[in-house]
Amino acid sequence: MAEAIFDEMGKPGGEVRRAYRILQAWLDETPHDILTLRREEAETVFRRIGITFAVYGEGGDPERIIPFDIVPRILEAAEWRQISEGLVQRVKALNAFIADVYGQQEILRAGIVPRDQVILNDTYRYQMQGVAVPQNVYTHIAGIDMVRVGPEEFYVLEDNCRTPSGVSYMLENREITMRLFPDLFSRYNVAPVDHYCDELMRTLISVAPRNCIGEPTVVVLTPGIYNSAYYEHSFLADQMGAELVEGPDLYVMDDIVYMRTTRGPKRVDVIYRRVDDDFLDPLTFRADSALGVAGLMNAYRAGNVNLTNAVGAGIADDKAIYTYVPDMVKFYLGETPILKNVPTWRCADAEDAGYVLDRLPELVVKEVHGSGGYGMLVGPKATREEIALFRERLKIAPEKYIAQPTLALSTCPTFVDEGVAPRHVDLRPFILSGREIRVVPGGLTRVAMREGSLVVNSSQGGGTKDTWVLKD
Amino acid sequence: MLSRTADSLYWIARYIERAENLARTLRVTDRLSLMPSGADTDGNEWHSTVVVSGCEQAFYEKYDEATPENVISYLAFDPENPSSIRSCIETARRNARAVRTALTTEQWECLNAAWLALPGWNESRVRGSGLHRFLDWVKDCSLLFTGGTVATMLRRDSYYFTRLGTFIERNDNTARILDVKYHLLLPDHAEVGGGIDYYQWASILRAVSGHRSYNAIYREGLKPWLIAEFLIMREEMPRSLISCAAEIRNCLDRLGEEYGQRHECHRIAGQIHSRLRFGKVEDVFRQGLHEFLAEHIDLNDKLGLEISRSYLLG
Repeated sequence: MAEAIFDEMGKPGGEVRRAYRILQAWLDETPHDILTLRREEAETVFRRIGITFAVYGEGGDPERIIPFDIVPRILEAAEWRQISEGLVQRVKALNAFIADVYGQQEILRAGIVPRDQVILNDTYRYQMQGVAVPQNVYTHIAGIDMVRVGPEEFYVLEDNCRTPSGVSYMLENREITMRLFPDLFSRYNVAPVDHYCDELMRTLISVAPRNCIGEPTVVVLTPGIYNSAYYEHSFLADQMGAELVEGPDLYVMDDIVYMRTTRGPKRVDVIYRRVDDDFLDPLTFRADSALGVAGLMNAYRAGNVNLTNAVGAGIADDKAIYTYVPDMVKFYLGETPILKNVPTWRCADAEDAGYVLDRLPELVVKEVHGSGGYGMLVGPKATREEIALFRERLKIAPEKYIAQPTLALSTCPTFVDEGVAPRHVDLRPFILSGREIRVVPGGLTRVAMREGSLVVNSSQGGGTKDTWVLKD
Repeated sequence: MLSRTADSLYWIARYIERAENLARTLRVTDRLSLMPSGADTDGNEWHSTVVVSGCEQAFYEKYDEATPENVISYLAFDPENPSSIRSCIETARRNARAVRTALTTEQWECLNAAWLALPGWNESRVRGSGLHRFLDWVKDCSLLFTGGTVATMLRRDSYYFTRLGTFIERNDNTARILDVKYHLLLPDHAEVGGGIDYYQWASILRAVSGHRSYNAIYREGLKPWLIAEFLIMREEMPRSLISCAAEIRNCLDRLGEEYGQRHECHRIAGQIHSRLRFGKVEDVFRQGLHEFLAEHIDLNDKLGLEISRSYLLG
């Protein structure tokens, strides 16, 4: 498959794709030392503003910068239109699925998704069974990871329905690009993204709990400054004009959530929480959690507060459940899925497992509950020992794994030490669901900075790019 | 606003002010140690600096002697000393990161830049003339933060909590410098008004950035009782006790108006201000300068606790 890698700008020496022509000309006329200078400038700005992700306890710099690649990625209006329609459809189905799982469970009774895959899943929260949530929305902020393999071919790699992060990088990358390259930017007609936080606020307000009186008070709940995404939490709170609270800032009395303010207690209606389910309420979940609020779940169930994303939303982004999303689209919406899944073998199925064991060197094997690119085997890049090790693991607990073909991820021109060279990318658009569904054009492009690498995760040296969606 | 946010703003300002005061004190001490000692203070200035900074006990648990190296290391760089300059800047920046949405860009960037530059300063780099460059840098950071606060922050609760931190800390610092250094310099046998060492006395003023200001107000040279009056009761002097008390009272009044409620802290602030405003410096000396200052420091501590109770703990 390696020879079929699709480059979004066009093969070197070949024809440059339409959206990239101006960029190509600009790259040709701009000396590399200017690009280097701009890249350093970008890094200085990120440091000064404090746009970092925190990695404590690993030694080295505790607050790191995610490498920012100065060359933007460009999508045509028509390309984006199709993606965007597909995203709305997919998120509708995901929400319907979560609502169904915690409601009537029709999809389980219809035998489309196996009951055990849901009920025995670590991400299933029985505490949510029968709890009504405002507007029936569970994943208010979803991040759908997509990859591209050809001009028309996009695949969904995974759904993130819990607390997807990265949107602040999408916004800051745009800011910095406009600041560093106004000349290039103005030669294109790029759809803006800076209304994201307004849309987010509107979404959160639209899902105020039923017992909310008057204008809802919205807060962002963060685990605190040692969380890797802390910058994003503070950024979003700031942009929305909402308080950024930590667990100890909140308390529950008579099933109502209050925050401690200098004027005394203030009632809270909507909590955009960036704390995982397990840590939300020590009375319901992990008793040792110091990040949560005792009694929060009671207030939630009483309809006195809304949590976004909903507790238990993770059931829809489990890698085993992922394989059923196209079926969900058909089941709940009666539509044909616009976005394709990557063909996936579920090793829980004996026949699939046999197939996978025979073809380990060609496949990507992922742990069902893994994330961040950990616990993953990339067959074609793995050593014989690594493959042997995974074979043993697979035999012991096949239900913990899924496998996919190695995709020839598209590449985009990227400014690296050797100059401008193709590097593999993915895309994480963000979808907001409240009373309506909204998608801001583009998303976060992650790029594997090392040549040939397919791992784009920031925890493993991946970088980001500004993503431009062109207007017609 | 969140109580925790108010608390962080208050402590950011306190720690930055503390770092600046430490820098001034160290600077003066270092300068003093270069002078031929006239009064009977040989080596005592380093010890007294430890006393002023309020960490006498912890210091002598770690060191036997207050040598210049030990004191500079402990007060400027020691991560185990929560009030070392380095700890102050780190704590202020950590607090700032936790409440950065409540800070203006200028305030945040000033604190962040100070924190980013901090690793570049260490004991070996401040040997010799490096010390003064370091201390000047600390002072600059603080002035930039304080100036940035006044110039860019909206005049509402967040501003008044920040300013309260600055003045509560400054109030404490001026009182301590006066208390410790004054007694060190005033020899037991000398009458108030006896012969004094010009450099030594000037150092008290320099420590509160008041040397030239003093000369602008008093035309008769340095006199111990005038220095005391200057630092306690002169409203023109921005680091005097009365100036701090007036600012504190004003901040609390504004908060009281904004929230429509007054607390015990308002009463204590009024009490501290009034006894300076309507007191006489002769009475201070009659009571005993040390007793007066000890009482002042005590009241200031009590005020800090009451501010916490009313606003910062939630």
